[in-house]
Amino acid sequence: MARVELRNITKKFRRHTALNDLSLDIGDGEFFVLLGPTGAGKTTTLRLIAGLDAPDAGSILIGGGDVGKWSAAERDVALVFQYYSLYPHYTVRENLEFPLKSKHRRISADEVAGRVARAAKTLRIEHLLERKTDRLSGGEMQRVSIGRAIVRQPRVFLMDEPLSNLDAKLREILRAELKDLQMKLGATFLYVTHDQVEAMSMGDKVGVLNHGRIVQIGTPHQIYNRPRDTFVATFVGSPAMNLLSGVIRDGRVMVAPGKLEIPVEAAVATRLPQGVDRVTLGVRSEDVMVGPGGGLEGRVYGVENHGVEKIVTLKVDDHLLKATVPARMAIAVDSTVPFTFNPRKLQFFAAQTGVNLGPVKEEVNHG
Amino acid sequence: MSGITLKNVEKYFGENYIIRKLNLEIRDREFLVLLGPSGCGKTTTLRAIAGLEDIDSGEILIDGKPVQSRQAADRDIAFVFQLFALYPHLTAYENIAFPLRATQESRGVVDQRVREVAKALRIGNLLDKRPSALSGGDMQRVAIGRALVRRPKALLMDEPIGALDAKLREEMRAELKHIHLQNEATTVYVTHDQVEAMAMADKIAIMNEGVLQQVGSPSDVYQYPANLFVGQFVGSPIMNVVSGAIRPGDGYTQVMLGEDDALLRFPNELYHKVVEHRHAEDELAVGVRPEGVLVARQATDGYIPVEAHIIEPLGPYDIVDLKFGKQLLRSRTASGYVEKAGDVVWARLDEKQTHFFNNRTGESLQIRL
Repeated sequence: MARVELRNITKKFRRHTALNDLSLDIGDGEFFVLLGPTGAGKTTTLRLIAGLDAPDAGSILIGGGDVGKWSAAERDVALVFQYYSLYPHYTVRENLEFPLKSKHRRISADEVAGRVARAAKTLRIEHLLERKTDRLSGGEMQRVSIGRAIVRQPRVFLMDEPLSNLDAKLREILRAELKDLQMKLGATFLYVTHDQVEAMSMGDKVGVLNHGRIVQIGTPHQIYNRPRDTFVATFVGSPAMNLLSGVIRDGRVMVAPGKLEIPVEAAVATRLPQGVDRVTLGVRSEDVMVGPGGGLEGRVYGVENHGVEKIVTLKVDDHLLKATVPARMAIAVDSTVPFTFNPRKLQFFAAQTGVNLGPVKEEVNHG
Repeated sequence: MSGITLKNVEKYFGENYIIRKLNLEIRDREFLVLLGPSGCGKTTTLRAIAGLEDIDSGEILIDGKPVQSRQAADRDIAFVFQLFALYPHLTAYENIAFPLRATQESRGVVDQRVREVAKALRIGNLLDKRPSALSGGDMQRVAIGRALVRRPKALLMDEPIGALDAKLREEMRAELKHIHLQNEATTVYVTHDQVEAMAMADKIAIMNEGVLQQVGSPSDVYQYPANLFVGQFVGSPIMNVVSGAIRPGDGYTQVMLGEDDALLRFPNELYHKVVEHRHAEDELAVGVRPEGVLVARQATDGYIPVEAHIIEPLGPYDIVDLKFGKQLLRSRTASGYVEKAGDVVWARLDEKQTHFFNNRTGESLQIRL
């Protein structure tokens, strides 16, 4: 297993800059998730590390050594894709053995059998070993693809949205299994996804990527509670963080004067450029507290049942905001309800740049 | 506006049933969601209501009148598909106005209706744009506008937001529901996404392999699933289910999870209710949602020690895997409540949120404690 470092990587496709001065440091044995929307540069990053593409600038280190001149095979990393590329006419066992039978590897038959048996046991696919892969379900096929990566005992696992073709329930189960597997193997995982739930639930650390740039790196807790900007704030978390635009006047953010005014620390205003007073107030739905003594008032625009809780959309003036309430709370559309914000959880962003005006703890990149 | 009734509807291909003995009542102005995995018969049911698909037996009534003999066009129903089928050469305005052009409405009335619908859908500013200039969400808004502008008796939607990304789906969900509350068209909505169903429906009908499993309000199907399939299909994370057995105790009922992996104390009445049901004491499946697995950091009466395994921090809360012996049960806790994998904490199952199923048939024993 090995540490992976990307230093100031830039990659262009014709005039389009796919990655712009990207630096990452993934610790040995770490589960690192690269999270971002389609087109952010996630897959490009994986391909560069795997050696399937070369960067235009910057360097890539695996286990401390620069691998810029190494071929894909020499880098000893394993890629798992969204589409399981298995050999359909081979059995599961043959598919697992395949990567070990290459001419470049001199691995004894005993060793091959041992590795296949161990991988099959870890992934709980022992009962499928003699089955042809075209007779497997989607979840089983993805387990076999992961098994094919495991038997190689690579220095790094690279995973490109491996769960996104599976249905919701299976994704949920495999999410936990993958995390379990990574902990058991003590392996370095770089996992790419556009699904924030996967990122939050599996990552030791999450790097949020947008337009080829890293926006924020941190633990799931840091990313969720201290988003660096409004992009991270709305991309991570469901429902998306409420964002309300307002101006600072006399120590308050005025969103809707008289109806929605929020006290703000003086320190926030000092971080704005001189003459600028417009900010975006961010508050997560679970920090909008509906109930007596709220002090603010909103009309109920919609109610969504989520089983364990309800998500209520409140309308204040022209502003819509979402609040999480207990499933048992009776709440009728078009009624007026009191609410308040959890003052300790409010985020303030500069309206113009979207950057968080509060202290955002940056994850120090190892060294 | 009107109600829709399905009586003993069946459809089959040779030996295979697509829909089996389906009885369903959709009341006037109701928002009913047909929920199920792919291939469960939900889309076929929707298409049968629309008149796009023939049925082999049974009856479909709209407004109390049988409609089998009526063509799709004469059923006064609007259909919205997952893929927005807009006319590419027409503006959003003309796309929405299209169904009215064939009618005898005056220009003034058409204009008024189009603008009303566009305002409700918040696309008033996009009316002169062609579909190619619109985002996916806006295209679907136009498609819905085109369905609503006719003021049909019923609105049928087949995964209308399934092709949109997660954030947009979240937004559209709330909007569609709001539009429904405004115009009150009887709506039948098909989806495989239980979050969508729970969030939008007045009533959910859950189907599996052509058979209706349960009909009820979102809180009904969530709190009182009729069987294991419904229990595990609705809700995320998935309901924990382990095989179990019960024994009478001294003033309590003992619930055993797995093969004596964990012994839990439940109220006395549980044993009597299972016996009343004439159900075998050791052929139970015990189901509990993550929020029904209660966790304490210290030893607490009625709680048993369990080891924490994987912790998924999801933001507002964590999902923690707990080892009840060999059985893994997932619990929903406050964020950061259990610190790390390997920690020993104390846990029990909330009896009010624990479900007992027949382990062979999967049917709920309907025991409420």
